[in-house]
Amino acid sequence: MSTVLETRGLLKRFGGITPTNDVSIQVERGARRALIGPNGAGKTTLINLLTGVLEPTAGSIWLDGADITQLAPHQRVRRGVVRTFQINQLFGELTPLQSLALSVSAQLGISAQWWKRLGTDARVAPRCDTLLKQFHLDDVADQQVKHLAYGKRRLLEIATALACEPRVLLLDEPVAGVPEGERQEIFDIINALPADVSVLLIEHDMDLVFNFAKSVTVLVNGAVFAEGDVQTISNDPRVKAVYLGEAVHG
Amino acid sequence: MLTLLFDGIAYGMLLFVLAVGLAVTLGLMNFINLAHGAFAMAGGYITVLAMNRLGVPFLVCLPLAFLGAALLGAALEPLLYRRMYARPHLDQVLFSIGLVFIAVTAVDYFVGSMQQNIQVPAWLQGRFDISWVGIGKYRLFIIVVCAALTLALQWVLSRTRFGSQLRASVDDRRVAGGLGLNVNRIFLLTFAVGSGLAGLGGALGAEVLGLDPSFPLKFMIYFLIVCSVGGTTTITGPLLAALLLGIADVMGKYYAPKLGAFIVYTLMIVILLVRPQGLFVRAGGGK
Amino acid sequence: MKTAADGLKHAARWRWWELTLLGALVLSWFVLPGQSLLLNEIAILALFALSLDLILGYSGIVSLGHAAFFGFGSYAAALFAKLVMPDPWLGMLLAIALAALLGAITSVLILRGTDLTRLMVTLGVASILYELANKLDWLTGGADGLQGVVMGPLWTPFGAFDFDIAGRTAYAYTLFVLIVCLLVGRRLVHSPFGYSLQALRDNRLRAASIGLSVNARLVAVYTIAAAIAGAAGALLAQTSGFASLDVFDFHRSAEVLLVLVIGGTGYLYGGIFGAIVFKLLHDLVSAWTPQYWNFWLGVFLVVLVLVGRDKLTKPWTWWKRG
Repeated sequence: MSTVLETRGLLKRFGGITPTNDVSIQVERGARRALIGPNGAGKTTLINLLTGVLEPTAGSIWLDGADITQLAPHQRVRRGVVRTFQINQLFGELTPLQSLALSVSAQLGISAQWWKRLGTDARVAPRCDTLLKQFHLDDVADQQVKHLAYGKRRLLEIATALACEPRVLLLDEPVAGVPEGERQEIFDIINALPADVSVLLIEHDMDLVFNFAKSVTVLVNGAVFAEGDVQTISNDPRVKAVYLGEAVHG
Repeated sequence: MLTLLFDGIAYGMLLFVLAVGLAVTLGLMNFINLAHGAFAMAGGYITVLAMNRLGVPFLVCLPLAFLGAALLGAALEPLLYRRMYARPHLDQVLFSIGLVFIAVTAVDYFVGSMQQNIQVPAWLQGRFDISWVGIGKYRLFIIVVCAALTLALQWVLSRTRFGSQLRASVDDRRVAGGLGLNVNRIFLLTFAVGSGLAGLGGALGAEVLGLDPSFPLKFMIYFLIVCSVGGTTTITGPLLAALLLGIADVMGKYYAPKLGAFIVYTLMIVILLVRPQGLFVRAGGGK
Repeated sequence: MKTAADGLKHAARWRWWELTLLGALVLSWFVLPGQSLLLNEIAILALFALSLDLILGYSGIVSLGHAAFFGFGSYAAALFAKLVMPDPWLGMLLAIALAALLGAITSVLILRGTDLTRLMVTLGVASILYELANKLDWLTGGADGLQGVVMGPLWTPFGAFDFDIAGRTAYAYTLFVLIVCLLVGRRLVHSPFGYSLQALRDNRLRAASIGLSVNARLVAVYTIAAAIAGAAGALLAQTSGFASLDVFDFHRSAEVLLVLVIGGTGYLYGGIFGAIVFKLLHDLVSAWTPQYWNFWLGVFLVVLVLVGRDKLTKPWTWWKRG
């Protein structure tokens, strides 16, 4: 089992709080890992550190044995560390087709081309077709994103990340805000992700966690509280206590 | 040289009083109000007209200028400005530029485009000469008044309930609203007071800065410099920025008259290059 | 159902009104010879606004000092003609190169900070240039401006043409530059680079998250926009025969902003439509009330923004509810 993504003693401190407290995790190739924990445990901060949006106070991040701690966010994306956002971050004025075409072009390394039309490269359009179909966006492919319904936008959020051909995919609450009836669509897509992509999933929905994850990392107060496979963690009384404690104290 | 420093401090304090309303508007409503100078101009013209046409004594004109500009601000805020808070900055810029054009041409139409002069009362004319420092009485007056205002502002912000409501709203407007603070009323009061202070600054500055219809455009960049260099999360930030600006401008114009305002602009750009959020920013301020 | 390939091709196709507009522009030289001076002014303004569209409409950079590049190009061309040689093409190339250089250097300033910071530094750069032009009066003529810029003949495949009083050569020259920049700009905005600019504008965080280098792109587009603005400034100097301080003035930057907003941002042609409407309105209102054009301009701006900018370019939305 080879480690694809690793953090060593990752620490983030600011303004008197420590949202990430000495976190050392290893994510293996093909992982289906859920990152859970009570509110404020530092899950999104960890994702922000992994993607380079935040700089760590101490510690390091390694991708395939190379230290990426100093790399800028866009450089990490090019190496295959891709994320989705809990709150949709989309390109409002573009259409899903254009957004995906741009993402695919970026991944192919031709996003700086200024003389040829977007899509003249023969590799772009077929990839877009596949993604649009896979994410059920083909019927709205030519509408501006700002006019799309929330469910479609959420699908586009994930599709955009996939267009980047991730090696490590960090999903931040992928079904957040999605009505019950539309969640299955997203579950299915996540379950159908390629086997060699390592997926780290932040999620509160325990259905999704149990259906999808093979292993779980529990974060509490910014530190790793427990780690293990799904069965063990779900039966661990300490983990239950942490969640129950939260439920009792609000 | 010390005289220059003194003059620079006076200029800086004046700029602070003129610009503090803009800094708070920016920090509180996230609104880029390029028309802020128009309120200063209003105060200046109220003073000039009251003194020259109605014979109102100078000291009485000052609170009049404050009130006049404050009322203008209180009228315009709910009428026009409030609709613009959520708009993109480009819209705000266009809107406030439009207001400036209206204000400038309206004043030109009604009062004419010549520079207005006021006669400062006799007891404020002249200067004290203490060793090597020439202290202009009027400039000393400006410093005293502005310092008093600054202290009053600081007191209101830190000691009164309104002050803490204001600070809470600057820190996080949504949360403040959710806590039951009447955000609209806070905005209205703040905008009115900020405009009033600008008006007062315009009145005080008429003698020192010159008053004509192009005042808002001429000094707009200075007010904005105070806000962008000083940051909009504190009172002391803009104060220090204004003092820095005032001193730099006075010194620059004296020691290198060929370069003039060039120095100020370059200084601003250098500062913003190094610290894009401004020189004095309180860490931890929310959105 | 359309495939992606079709969809992408469709997005970049020439629309009928684009072709009509281009045709009309070219025709105007033949059909309205008596209006050449006015048309020349409009075309220069349109080019200037087009350059602003690249950074404002497509990249989301709010600039209050775009006149810096316009003015820089203007003085560069004027000085070249006066001090080196009066060839318009060479002067144009120099102006473009220098303006681009200035753009590249100052682009560093707009990378970080808030909208306010950007406003300030763009304003600051234009103000500095204004002061410089003012103080270096031995070179620039100071407040009097640079007079007596006499241009040599314009070399074309159809022969060499002198700049005539009626402005026909001038307008042809300006039209040529405008159309070339328009075509180049069009290729740019339909390319992956162009779309990446829009991504930057819409969501800078996401743009970085799909692997786009934000800063490099901003520098690139700012440089290109500066170059085109410099070309517009050069055209002004070369076709009017002088350069004056007001090319750096705040009014110039505010005016071009308004022109672009009137015509609509983000589709490349807003500058042209805006320039036409603006100049015509200006002439109309000025004839009626000469000193108070600025007043009505101010009113127009306030109303425009209160009502909603996009309502202007989409008249069909005036009757839509909600």
